[in-house]
Order: sequence, then structure tokens, then C-alpha cells
Amino acid sequence: MSIAYILHLADNALVLGHRNSEWTGHGPILEQDIALSNISLDLIGQARNLYQYAATLIGNGATEDTLAYLRDENEYKNCLLVELPNGHWGTTIMRQFLFSAYQHPLYERLSDSNDENLNAIARKSLKEVTYHLRWSSEWVIRLGQGTAESRAKMTDAVNDLWPYTQDLLLHSPEEKEKWQERVQSIFKHASLNIPADVKMISGGFEGKHTSHLVEMLNEMQHLQRTYPGVEW
Amino acid sequence: MKNTFPLWEVFIRSKQGLDHKHAGSLHAADAKMAIENARDVYTRRQEGVSIWVVESKHIHASNPDEAGSLYEPANDKVYRHPTFYDLPDELKHM
Repeated sequence: MSIAYILHLADNALVLGHRNSEWTGHGPILEQDIALSNISLDLIGQARNLYQYAATLIGNGATEDTLAYLRDENEYKNCLLVELPNGHWGTTIMRQFLFSAYQHPLYERLSDSNDENLNAIARKSLKEVTYHLRWSSEWVIRLGQGTAESRAKMTDAVNDLWPYTQDLLLHSPEEKEKWQERVQSIFKHASLNIPADVKMISGGFEGKHTSHLVEMLNEMQHLQRTYPGVEW
Repeated sequence: MKNTFPLWEVFIRSKQGLDHKHAGSLHAADAKMAIENARDVYTRRQEGVSIWVVESKHIHASNPDEAGSLYEPANDKVYRHPTFYDLPDELKHM
């Protein structure tokens, strides 16, 4: 597995974990605030494992911290979907679902990988992601079939996020079919439609990001950039 | 949102073989969400291996005003405790 691809997986997990963590203290109810914070911690934990592995391959003094805190946005390889702002609860749920529906078959596949390190990380993470997928699927169905307002907001969320779904799957063609099946099945239960004729936006893997990632990294990296090497 | 979500009581079994114990309560729209919320709120520090949830409205409680007539009659019936048997020394942990 190439270093670029491992960083891609790590960046996906870190950026979405950070985005979800922005909900901490702001969730719609205490229970969901904790649920999303738990998912954040799972994703950031996955990112740490993947960065630690990447750092051993890169060498030259690279560590999980230098990879997370000292790379600019054009060096980040995450898909664009995960860097988008949280929007409302429905947007966050939809983004999590679209991502988990990709990450689940991905980790299933990597659980059989010949790469020992990746194999171990995938096996450990798969249990977490199984829950993320279940949790977000339930919420997509619940909100899609909920009130007229929740339905309208979920429809908006699908329309806002769909242009970024091609980019999500661009470097994992093996997962595409399972992802499509899962999304179609949950959307059917939720009475949501897949938008047609959407202009797709991509480029995350190549470091061509939205300004949202720049803003996010400014905040996330602020402390290490201002006080290099600072510790708790 | 909070006003429309019913309250649920959560029972957690901490280990196989032990019984479920009341852990607390939470808000959820339905039983599935209640179990997921309970998992997220009450088992994040490895507290459990099994979860029960029941909507709080289905729990009927005894009336504290009746405590006298309900519980005090047991106070002077020590013979109900199995403490009057002579046990052989070999028998431990009774």
C-alpha cells in the first residue's frame, strides 16, 4: 500500500473526527452529543494508528504529530466530503452515513490485506465503523421519514453533499458497488432520492481542497504552529 | 426536541452471569435509539455486556407513604433469614 494512500485514509479519519468533535457541547440533546463525540474519538483513534504507521514508512523524524499538525492543506489527501462544514444536524448525519457506508467495506477489505499493519488497524476499526454505520443509517431513516421539516432538511443535505460522493470513492474503486447498494437501500427506507445530473467535484487526494479545510486546519494546527513542540 | 422524546430507564449487565442493574435514564425517540444512546452514554468505559431499556412510563412504583405497612411488618420476623442452621465446617462461602 502506498504512503499516499495510507495518508489518505488517515486524513479522512482525522478531518471527519475533527469536524464531528465541533459538535461536542452543541449536540441537539445530551445523548446525541455524546454519541457523536464517541464517533469522533473512534475516528481520531483510527487516524492516530494510521499516522503512526505512515510515519514509520516515511522516516526522517516524521511522527503522528508532525503529520497531523505540520502539513499544509495542499499536502492533506482527505476526500472533500469530510472537510465540509457541519451544517445542521441532518447534514452531519448524512455526511457520516455516506462516509461510513464507504469506510465499512473498505475496512472489511483491508482486514484481509497482506499488509500486516494495515490489516491490524482495519480489524480493530471495523467494529467501530460497524456501529457508526448502524447509528447513522438509523438516523437517516428516522429523519427521512420523520416530520415534513426533517424530510426537507435531509433532502437539502443529500443535494448539498452528493457532488462530493465521486471524490469519496475515487481512490477506492473496490468499495463503489457495496457503497451504492448500501446507500440505495437506506435511502429507500428513508424515502430519500438520489439526485440526478449532479456536477461532481473532486481533487481531495491531489491536495486540491475547499477553503473550508484551510479554515479547519488554521484552528486545529494553531497551537503547534504558534508554539512549536508545545506539550500538555 | 427534548420535549417530544420520551424518557427511558436503562439497565446494564456488567458481566455475563450477573444481573442487569439500573444505570440511569435518557431520552430517545424509540427503543432502538434508546439502546444506542444507552450504549453511548452508559457503556463507554466498559461498563456493560448487555443493555435493557424500558420506557419510564411502563414502570410502576410503590408508594413511599405506604412504606410502613409494606416493609415494617418484616422487621420482627428474623426467622425468615436462613441463619438458624448448624453448618458443617467444610462448607464455605455461605
